[in-house]
Amino acid sequence: MTITRRQLLMLLPAAAIAWDSILAGTPEASPNYKVTDHWWGMLIDITKCIGCGACVQACKAENNVPDGYYRTWVERYHIAKWDTEMPQVDSPDGALHGFPPAKQEGGKNFFVPKLCNQCADSPCTQVCPVGATFISPDGVVLVDQKYCLGCRYCIQACPYGCRFLNPETKTASKCTLCYHRITKGLTTACCETCPTGARQLVDFKNPNDPVHKFLDTHSVQVLKPHLATRAKVYYYGLDGSVR
Amino acid sequence: MANLKDAGHLFRMAAVFAVGIVLFLILRQVFVPRSFGQYGFYRGAALADIASRPMMFAGHPACESCHTDVHEMKSKGVHARVACESCHGPLAKHADDPTSLQPPHIDVAILCVRCHEANIAKPKTFPQVVSVDHSGGVICDTCHKPHSPKIDTGVGQ
Repeated sequence: MTITRRQLLMLLPAAAIAWDSILAGTPEASPNYKVTDHWWGMLIDITKCIGCGACVQACKAENNVPDGYYRTWVERYHIAKWDTEMPQVDSPDGALHGFPPAKQEGGKNFFVPKLCNQCADSPCTQVCPVGATFISPDGVVLVDQKYCLGCRYCIQACPYGCRFLNPETKTASKCTLCYHRITKGLTTACCETCPTGARQLVDFKNPNDPVHKFLDTHSVQVLKPHLATRAKVYYYGLDGSVR
Repeated sequence: MANLKDAGHLFRMAAVFAVGIVLFLILRQVFVPRSFGQYGFYRGAALADIASRPMMFAGHPACESCHTDVHEMKSKGVHARVACESCHGPLAKHADDPTSLQPPHIDVAILCVRCHEANIAKPKTFPQVVSVDHSGGVICDTCHKPHSPKIDTGVGQ
């Protein structure tokens, strides 16, 4: 079969359209979910956290997080009476197996669960040179594994230390707020397994979310508010010494 | 117009530029995914990619739809708000097909103390014991039923 130059030129647009539809042919995972109807965040009640590490274990199981890396972790603070601004912090294995007995007696002691703060003005997404990390229209900071080059700019940019380079995929990895769960009407793995209800998923655009009642009547704070990242992980009972 | 006779090299250069621009537009069409820019400077289809990950935790409503007896007992006890998979582990496969995966055996000696071993950093209102002093090595479920652990309720004993 021979093909003339004219025929080839006429075929090219058709081929381009076909290729376009091949590239766009991704499955719709959650057909009933509208991204514009949600604005996700989290509420963490420090006065309820017992440092059991159930959230860390659940996150690892749910998201296949490699050993030695954490998308969420729990820190234990010890603040001596004579130096309230210099806390001693430990987090053995990110609290994957809970905490051993404290070494120090007295003072102020508490646990602080940490995870990606899902900033609305996130420093990490601004530095990505290829558009691989972004804030989704429903307010979750995500990483496109197919686009990430592994340049690590975002890991350096995150002021909360919530990102890491996945040693298996060699791409940036972080908490997705269990995007595959919340888009199906479930809560995150960490909120699901938290035995005391210290962690709660919040949908700020859903007026029926029971967490709104808590937010309306309690003083909450975000981590590093001076950075103006508009973090959406709110802490209740947060001590000023927590960084 | 007479000057145009000497401007042939300019037209040739313009042609080279035009070819380059057309080539760029074609390559851009080929290599930039269609959903890029759908919501912002990123691939819109990435949202569906991330949302289509498999789940490991079924969520407690799934458990309660079958295990109504346990749910009823648990909802009267102090562990009412502890989700099933907090202790039993991720069981989405079991929820999809109960025969495919049975929940693993739970070592009570490890599980209970994960929450209830005394630690100075735990909230003072949270029930905690020094397990060695509390039971002297007798494992927890000898006295406490995990789904309704308070001994004097008379529920589930």
